[in-house]
Amino acid sequence: MKSLFKGGIAAVAILSAFAANADEEADLVINEEIEITVRTDAPAHVENLSTIYSGWVFRSTETQALQMDDFENPGMIFVDDAIAAWNTVEGTEGQSCAACHGAPEEMAGVRAVYPKWNDEAEEVRTIAMQVNGCRTEQMGADEWKYDGNEMLNMEALLASVSRGIPVNVAIDGPVQAMWEKGRELYYTRFGQLDLSCANCHEDNYGNNIRADHLSQGQINAFPTYRLKNAKLNGVQGRFRGCIRDTRAETFAVGSEEFIALELYVASRGNGLSVEGPSVRN
Amino acid sequence: MKQILSAGVAIAIATVGFAEGMMPDDVVYSEYGEVEASLSGQPGDAAAGLEIMVSRGKGNCIACHQVTALEEYPFHGEVGPSLDGVGEYRTAAELRGIIANAKMTYEGTIMPAFYRASGFNRPGNAFTGKAAEGELSPLLTAQEIEDVVAYLQTLKD
Ligand code: HEC
Ligand code: HEC
Ligand code: HEC
Repeated sequence: MKSLFKGGIAAVAILSAFAANADEEADLVINEEIEITVRTDAPAHVENLSTIYSGWVFRSTETQALQMDDFENPGMIFVDDAIAAWNTVEGTEGQSCAACHGAPEEMAGVRAVYPKWNDEAEEVRTIAMQVNGCRTEQMGADEWKYDGNEMLNMEALLASVSRGIPVNVAIDGPVQAMWEKGRELYYTRFGQLDLSCANCHEDNYGNNIRADHLSQGQINAFPTYRLKNAKLNGVQGRFRGCIRDTRAETFAVGSEEFIALELYVASRGNGLSVEGPSVRN
Repeated sequence: MKQILSAGVAIAIATVGFAEGMMPDDVVYSEYGEVEASLSGQPGDAAAGLEIMVSRGKGNCIACHQVTALEEYPFHGEVGPSLDGVGEYRTAAELRGIIANAKMTYEGTIMPAFYRASGFNRPGNAFTGKAAEGELSPLLTAQEIEDVVAYLQTLKD
């Protein structure tokens, strides 16, 4: 989409040339071991879809393959960086993540239920907000930048230990108001191109828009390693890009609007597996 | 005095920008979304229209539409219908209306309005992600719309 109405970027065109080869019927098993649900029945609260699909389904055979083996997946390098950070003592309290939480594998299943309500803070927290909560409240350490490298690396680690576990984000109770706000944003048209998330990712998934093969814009697979910018990309950074490309004034990463939208979009993927760090173009 | 002068200059520039045509807000659509009169007052140039159709920085119409006559330009989208033969079954007035503001013909369509400059939610400053400053320009000029209309009229079976 970046290239819609914009100076063409040759690299994008070349990468996307593979779009024609997408195998939408393929199944994803990582390391011949972890079975990933890439298509399943839509949850009841997603009124206009009957089946939900991971973005992996819409990628080229070549891009799909990169995610099937951790040695091929460039995103896994950042997981190693995060394991080092996990074990590092930081802050005034002399603590590391490991000191309180044990091995990263103890976090299996956590990624699948975020964003979620935090009772003490009385707010909906994305996993990035929770990690920063631990850094400031538990460790006496500085916050990491919301979509910065350290945070995305840690998000990749937390996702990797939940791979294969179904996304199961709560939408009622104390999160309901935020969820509804997120739904409203999803269906709001923005910018001079006057497009909503739903216009592309609900009404047109499976279709090509110029060279891009449109997915449902699911976030079960974040963070994503994008071949286009050769780094990990966070959920809200992706939202920013999509809104910017409608010739709109976007929202800030970490804003209330994007937290609400992340909660809502995550819930549209309830039933797909946690898949990050994934590979996308 | 200085201020009065510069305000005067700004107005002069704005008017020059639209001197050759109708302002987007002044375009009159029929009940079915047609626009009868040329937006620029001039005939369109089909060759220029072709360039606008395929260029990402301009109309980028093939992002959403397949056009067999434009096969040599890569990556045609599938979001909208094929435009093959559209010059046969659509009048110039219909085509002009659809390009200027497709929502007047197709309620709620995903096709962007190419000659509209107001009424948007959080309009941005092009693709920067920042808020738009000052008045928006339409995506295409009056003459560029006429050029595209002229090109589409060449698409006959
Ligand atoms: C001093 C102990 C302590 C340290 C150090 C600590 N945490 Fe926590 N962490 C907690 C507690 C207590 C909770 C649960 C409290 C809450 O829900 O706010 C928690 C919750 C979490 C959760 C959410 C778990 C869930 O089930 O929702 C994540 C993710 C997390 N921590 C990550 C980290 C990371 C990453 C680090 C290192 C940067 C870290 N924590 C450091 C004590 C700690
Ligand atoms: C003009 C069409 C368009 C609009 C509008 C749009 N997107 Fe996208 N989006 C794309 C394209 C193209 C891609 C890259 C291919 C794909 O995965 O669909 C993409 C990718 C994504 C991805 C990455 C999916 C993955 O598996 O890596 C997410 C998440 C996403 N969009 C969310 C959104 C949200 C939320 C909105 C509304 C705020 C939105 N998009 C609006 C076109 C659009
Ligand atoms: C974001 C996608 C998109 C873009 C970009 C786009 N269109 Fe469309 N267009 C559509 C859709 C979708 C329709 C069908 C109307 C509907 O049902 O909403 C359509 C309909 C049309 C029609 C009517 C076709 C018929 O069968 O009568 C014409 C003509 C047309 N578009 C021309 C253009 C031109 C010229 C451009 C570039 C200046 C353009 N479109 C750009 C999506 C798009």
